[in-house]
Amino acid sequence: MSDEVIGRPDPKTPVSVKILRYKPGAIDPPRYDTFQVDADPLMTVLDALEEIRATQDSTLAYRHSCHHASCGTCAMKVNGKEVLSCVTNVLEQGTDVIVVEPLGTMPLVTDLVVDMGDFARRYEPAGLSFIRESEYLTEAQTPEGVDHHTRFESCIECGICLSACPVANTNASFIGPAGLAAYYRAMVKGDGEATDILAAVDTDCGVWGCHGAMECTEACPSQVEPGDLIMYLRREVVKSKLPWNH
Amino acid sequence: MNSNYHVVIIGGGSTGAAIVHDLVLRGLKVTLVERGELTSGTAGRHHGLLHSGGRYAVKDQESAKECIEENLILRKIAPGSFEENDGLFVAITDEDVAYKDTFLQGCAECGIPTRELTAKEALLLEPNLNPKTKLAIQVPDATMDCWRLPMRFFATAKQNGADIRPYTEVIGLLKQNSTVTGVHVRSHVTGKEYDIKADLVVNATGAWAEKLSEMADARVPVRPTPGVLVAVYGRWNNMVLNRLNRPSDGDIIVPQRELSVIGTSSWFAPDPDRLGLPMEHVERMYERGSQLVPGVKYARMRAAWSAARPLLGEASPTVGGRDLPRTFKCFDHKERDGIEGLVTITGGKGTTMRAMAETTSDVVCDKLGVDAVCRTREVVLLPYWAYYQ
Repeated sequence: MSDEVIGRPDPKTPVSVKILRYKPGAIDPPRYDTFQVDADPLMTVLDALEEIRATQDSTLAYRHSCHHASCGTCAMKVNGKEVLSCVTNVLEQGTDVIVVEPLGTMPLVTDLVVDMGDFARRYEPAGLSFIRESEYLTEAQTPEGVDHHTRFESCIECGICLSACPVANTNASFIGPAGLAAYYRAMVKGDGEATDILAAVDTDCGVWGCHGAMECTEACPSQVEPGDLIMYLRREVVKSKLPWNH
Repeated sequence: MNSNYHVVIIGGGSTGAAIVHDLVLRGLKVTLVERGELTSGTAGRHHGLLHSGGRYAVKDQESAKECIEENLILRKIAPGSFEENDGLFVAITDEDVAYKDTFLQGCAECGIPTRELTAKEALLLEPNLNPKTKLAIQVPDATMDCWRLPMRFFATAKQNGADIRPYTEVIGLLKQNSTVTGVHVRSHVTGKEYDIKADLVVNATGAWAEKLSEMADARVPVRPTPGVLVAVYGRWNNMVLNRLNRPSDGDIIVPQRELSVIGTSSWFAPDPDRLGLPMEHVERMYERGSQLVPGVKYARMRAAWSAARPLLGEASPTVGGRDLPRTFKCFDHKERDGIEGLVTITGGKGTTMRAMAETTSDVVCDKLGVDAVCRTREVVLLPYWAYYQ
């Protein structure tokens, strides 16, 4: 086997990619730069950014890692909507110009990079357990040495819900959709006392801060449906206070 | 005392993550620079398979032994970063069945535990397996979180005092005569260029190792060897499924979250920054993957991508990527090229990241005259969120 230059699928369609640029002290205030790429049928927005960085501007900064919607790092806004850029097809956007911008809510660091510390601060107090029992193939027997099948949680902590949430955008103390969904999971998995969990979310920064816009559920790329889980937690909080439940 | 020495690590992949963790635990002052986001090269986008070593037990036993040893260590130091459902090597054809004894002998020689299952037993464990399955062998494979696992090394290192700088690209090496004395970098956050002095520089850039070492007029025999991976919707299996035969294309399905990841293929790429994504390889993943689990043929695609293995080996027209070893090697460029102050680590696999770091850190400490033992086999890693605190 010799060196092979293996390309990408045909045909190629020229597309403009308009990217928000920001380098504190250098490109400041932010501006938009437009690049041209030849999009192929499999090209994602992340592939386009990779191509631009490799061939046109090596200073372009963006977050990415797994390229298959499992790590959650490459979340950004594409044509105004929060998405995982690694599974957002360029040509399926149907626009000649693709506008790429960083997530909102979280502070901007540079170009398309936001500070995930803000997400962590809101999310982490829920207590994180990334593993759950697998609900797939429940009819299957488990192999010797394995008590039950496990899988990683669906939430990939990408920050999309926090960016899409109109409350989180304006209220820094709001726990936010991902954090409240994590509290829900802790409760159903029995990680901690239910009364402690309900007390933690029974506040204006918790379940009562939500305005029910449901943008989080709409935007979530992993079907976590945080908005629905917040409503479930509200019901549980109210139920726990009813006199006949004591 | 040890912190009088300053080491700069270039490359924020899984190898760099494990080295910065190891060296900080040994008391050194360490700065790590990465041109993009952490784990944005090969580290985050590999198959996500915590290898038992079974895949290499016949033809690459050194790598197989490294895998089983590290498999057990990583489960201990990073609990919660694996779907621990074990794996199967599945025989579907008579040729696969004929390979069984060779495979079992290889596993035994490498210390990889195995358990033979009849076709009926295998199908009870994995109902979506090809009904023509003839037998299967259980091994301690697992699914790893390709991003969160290396991030736990970064998080722990950072909390222990490491200086980790993503979006910081090395654009030149500082040299005095034939000694590397630091790096010249450009920050992609501020656009500014500056120098970082170092007593020793570690090149942990994986598939980019040759590009980097050329800055020092040094050579590293690394071959960027990409493969295509395809993630499909649905969890078609809970255990890692491997074809019981010599390593080939599309012969592993790794379940992960609510996806099943089929991989992979293999070719040599001259430039690790432009891997390509050949459509025929994507189609081959579906075709070969469906030999193991027929249903995946009809599964909707979530993502298709390429990832570059950093394999060790000189360019040769007769050697293919499947023939190159999966072991790793640490090069002291003093011995190799007469260049002092620069060490390169490359080769290896995600599964062996900690061992690669131990070997490299031993070389670093030896060169600096630092007497410190490796503690990474015992220290339990912090949750990855600690990186953002």
